[in-house]
Amino acid sequence: MAIQETARTPDKASVLNDPKVRGWIYQIVVVALIVWFGWEIITNTAENLKARNIAGGFGFLNINAGFGITQSLITYSELSSYGRALVVGLLNTLLVAGLGVFFATIFGFLIGVARLSNNWLISRIATVYVEVLRNIPLLLQIFFWYFAVLRAVPNPRDSIALPGDVFLNNRGLFTPRVIFEEGSGLIGWSVLAAIVVWIGIYFWARRRQEATGQQFPVFLSGLGLLIVLPILAWLVTGMPLSLETPELRGFNFVGGTRIIPEFVGLLLALSAYTAAFIAEIVRAGIMAVSHGQTEAAHALGLRNGPTLRLVIIPQALRVIIPPLTSQYLNLTKNSSLAVAIAYPDLVSVGGTVLNQTGQAVEVIGIWMAVYLSISVLTSMFMNWYNSHIALVER
Amino acid sequence: MTDISYVRKEMAPSQPAPASTVGPVAWARKNLFASIPDTILTLVSLWLIWLLVPPLIEFAFVNAVWSGENREACIGQDGACWAYVKAYLPQFIYGRYPDPERWRVNLTFLLFFGGLIPMMIPSVPFKRENVIYMLVVFPTVALVLLTGGNMDFNGFLLPDTVIAPSMLKFWVDYAILTAIVMAAAAGIAKASQSRAAPAAISVLVIFGVLAAIMVVLEIDFGLRPVPTELWGGLLVTLVIAVTGIAVSLPLGVALALGRRSKMPIVRLVSIIFIEFWRGVPLITVLFMSSVMLPLFVPENLTIDKLLRALIGVALFAAAYMAEVIRGGLQAIPKGQYEGAQALGLTYWQMMYHIILPQALKLVIPGIVNTFIGLFKDTTLVLIIGLFDLLGQVQSSFTDPNWSSPYQSHTGYLFAATIFWIFCFGMSRYSVWTERRLDTGHKKR
Repeated sequence: MAIQETARTPDKASVLNDPKVRGWIYQIVVVALIVWFGWEIITNTAENLKARNIAGGFGFLNINAGFGITQSLITYSELSSYGRALVVGLLNTLLVAGLGVFFATIFGFLIGVARLSNNWLISRIATVYVEVLRNIPLLLQIFFWYFAVLRAVPNPRDSIALPGDVFLNNRGLFTPRVIFEEGSGLIGWSVLAAIVVWIGIYFWARRRQEATGQQFPVFLSGLGLLIVLPILAWLVTGMPLSLETPELRGFNFVGGTRIIPEFVGLLLALSAYTAAFIAEIVRAGIMAVSHGQTEAAHALGLRNGPTLRLVIIPQALRVIIPPLTSQYLNLTKNSSLAVAIAYPDLVSVGGTVLNQTGQAVEVIGIWMAVYLSISVLTSMFMNWYNSHIALVER
Repeated sequence: MTDISYVRKEMAPSQPAPASTVGPVAWARKNLFASIPDTILTLVSLWLIWLLVPPLIEFAFVNAVWSGENREACIGQDGACWAYVKAYLPQFIYGRYPDPERWRVNLTFLLFFGGLIPMMIPSVPFKRENVIYMLVVFPTVALVLLTGGNMDFNGFLLPDTVIAPSMLKFWVDYAILTAIVMAAAAGIAKASQSRAAPAAISVLVIFGVLAAIMVVLEIDFGLRPVPTELWGGLLVTLVIAVTGIAVSLPLGVALALGRRSKMPIVRLVSIIFIEFWRGVPLITVLFMSSVMLPLFVPENLTIDKLLRALIGVALFAAAYMAEVIRGGLQAIPKGQYEGAQALGLTYWQMMYHIILPQALKLVIPGIVNTFIGLFKDTTLVLIIGLFDLLGQVQSSFTDPNWSSPYQSHTGYLFAATIFWIFCFGMSRYSVWTERRLDTGHKKR
């Protein structure tokens, strides 16, 4: 019997069946498609812009804006440029996002812990809070806080007076303002000094504990410093601070700080909404730490507080941090919903600029660049923090 | 010594549990009043409930106005104005969709839920037919019903000088395109030493189905055309959400596979695409699709406003979906890939039969969360001037006929309830599916 040995020869196989060749063909096709797509878009856009008589470029940023902005952290007037208006918008975005992150984290942790509470009533209330808030669109919640709650409060003449000379009316929230008179610089420096000393105490106490095992009340002493030092400075410099309380004059309040209702509504809605998501993340994180850890900590004689603080939370944080980061980013991106209630954030101001100048491509490009940078910076920081606390495997 | 001994023959009757461990009192002591801080917490929660729940019930039911012709009925009442919601209900559901044509929307809803409900109940047979109905038949019928059908297709391939733009030109172009793709498929199949006929036939089938759909779309059924500017309310919400879900899932799978591909360019393109959409807010995406998309296309081509929003929402959701699915792909042990390859499966066979079924099952909660997010995000289209459910509610506040102090509260309460029912329902269904598909391999 002759065995046919020529049945399979490798050189007969087609080149197309080589995975590497196929891979390159696919990639060349993808690149060609993208290039064609990009070329189409660019040429079409250029043609359309020419047809509409819109000049490209960022030159418009130096032109007078000519519109007012209701809240700005830097000096801004109608004579300022479009560029400055966008900066004002960006700062407003950062302000509401920063405060939103702060409040949402606090509420979220509280509610997440409450959901795990042994108290039946507390855990049920927390569950209802989470299930209601996270299943209703954020925009609806913003509208509710802004139109149904803050717009419905009385006019300045019948303001709702809150404790501490705070007044709420349909023009906004009026709070007393601290006025820094001459010589108050020392107070600022004393706050700084207190923080520096606090950090110093923290490292010193840690070294001492590692060496001798003795603990030192770092938090309480630091807090004491932070309160005592500025008060001392205040007394020494002759009490240069004064409070300016808002007063009703005519039809509106004069003096104090006015917080516009758009800001209050947006902040409330963003914090309450994101807190529901953070609560779920915190709950999952704490549940991911096995019960044996708690039992072991108790067996070592740790009380409930230190168990939570020294054993459970540090381990839970590893699970919590990555999704928490994306919630922070979501909150920042969601702050762009401000445009619906005309809070002057980046998108809202940018929308006005877009309408006035018609520079759609540039304005949208600025938006995208800003939000992408915020995303990248935040995730870089959180990745650094995450690697800092990540489990070191040996 | 007496020899009396006593051996018990039966078990002693069990004693009832101590009174302090059973019954409502014991339950309350254990769960509500375990310690002094616990008691304080309970009292605070009771106070909170007392502060919130009775006023809400009073507002929504006790003091509510249930019927009335206009604002007169609701003014001076200290409760929800349900009469206004009743009067506006058609607008909240259909928007400005013309009154005599609303049966078409109703029929579409009916066809949708008629396909969806059997698909969601696992014990109902004919799942494959059901999927085909939902993915091919229903979208076509819905498109015809909602827009009125009778679309015009113009040619796209040959220059206008050869044949004037007309229906005929479109079909000539289409036939040419089909022939080209069929030839290409056959050629590639032949070059890679497999049979040419099956490849060409599968191309022909796909193009045939598409052609059938387009034939249906261009038939004049005598339905009055309804432009999308007239659509609104729940209709728009559902159209955007359902289309977004249907497009984002396959696109998300493709992007996730691309991101894990070994081909560097494909991977890079996928990463850039995903990270770009995930890094920007949906509003800027919607602005982009409403302002910039018209700039991107040739001047003579106008894209419908609703369609523009749909494109933006679908691409945005696809990026999020891709990340969720990538998580599932990463969770599949390497042995599954190696096992599939050892069996001689091709890449697509491996993905379709081995990897994706497991990966998708793992990430059902994530997928449904993305769906819920997408459903909630549909409200954002009101910012670019489309009227979804929330947009309709918001615009109804300008009607002086119904303006009353609690009009906005009532409207928001109504919209919130509708959204909540949809989202909560989806999340419950996902929990249930997760439990049903749980094969017990998961770590507990």
